[in-house]
Amino acid sequence: MNWSSWTEFFAMGGYGLYVWGSYVVTFICILGEIFIISNRRRTLERQYGLTNGLNNKETKNETTS
Amino acid sequence: MAINWFKYSSPASFYSLAEKIIPIFIFVALILLAAGLYVGFFVAPTDFQQGEAYRIIFIHVPAAWMSMFLYVVMAFWAGIGLAFNTRLSSMLATAIAPTGAMFTFIALWTGALWGKPMWGTWWVWDARLTSELILFFLYIGFMSLQAAIDDPRRADKAGAIIALVGVVNIPIIYFSVQWWNTLHQGASVSVNQAPAMASTMLTGMLIMVFASWMYSIAVILKRTRIIILERESHTAWVAELQKKGALR
Repeated sequence: MNWSSWTEFFAMGGYGLYVWGSYVVTFICILGEIFIISNRRRTLERQYGLTNGLNNKETKNETTS
Repeated sequence: MAINWFKYSSPASFYSLAEKIIPIFIFVALILLAAGLYVGFFVAPTDFQQGEAYRIIFIHVPAAWMSMFLYVVMAFWAGIGLAFNTRLSSMLATAIAPTGAMFTFIALWTGALWGKPMWGTWWVWDARLTSELILFFLYIGFMSLQAAIDDPRRADKAGAIIALVGVVNIPIIYFSVQWWNTLHQGASVSVNQAPAMASTMLTGMLIMVFASWMYSIAVILKRTRIIILERESHTAWVAELQKKGALR
């Protein structure tokens, strides 16, 4: 266990700016990519005129009538 | 029973296969990420020379390896799509580019933040750094070239050309540290000799490498499915899926 306290952990031996600057930007990039993809997926589904809920209702009526 | 190797090269069957396997990759990626970060920060010791700054290695090296590897995979599928006119291969190449560009940016960014305390500078026109920057421009060039062409099939062909031409840059990046012997460190981990790294540091780094693989596969498969839907909206199998409400 390298760290005795949280403050020491965030200080990262004096290199905190660089280490956390790297990790934070990396996670921002990854979360950003995930957000972009799910956004692209949502606009695509809107184009198809379907949200999963709406779609199931339609097909159900068809089969029952 | 003859195995139909090409069953999953049709967008329709690939679409449903990808849907089933994506959650597996997401799950494994999260597990490996947690393990890698734990080993990286709490198991790996302080470096006698660089102190704690070296911990950037746990994202810098995986990102750099991924940026090179994803480019080769992208060029491979672009080449297959160009040669055999298989549209799913080209879709896969198009899906890889953004993730590859992101990893290249992360490699450059974390490299600069590591270089500042260790080399005293954010950037230097070193052979490795410059060729990695060229790789970033190649990714951006591939994406913008494809975006500039309306017809997807023509965009695939144009993209394949730039991807294949750019492949020469990958060995340049890899060997840049030996050929020009400039500022960037040589390969501490290579196939032909034992890694020159402490074992816990190496383990932490390798776990993060596999985590980045799992993440990339999940994200690229997800984007491929979107591209398939975008391009195949007029087809019968999509209409049928849509009617059945199975268009997840």
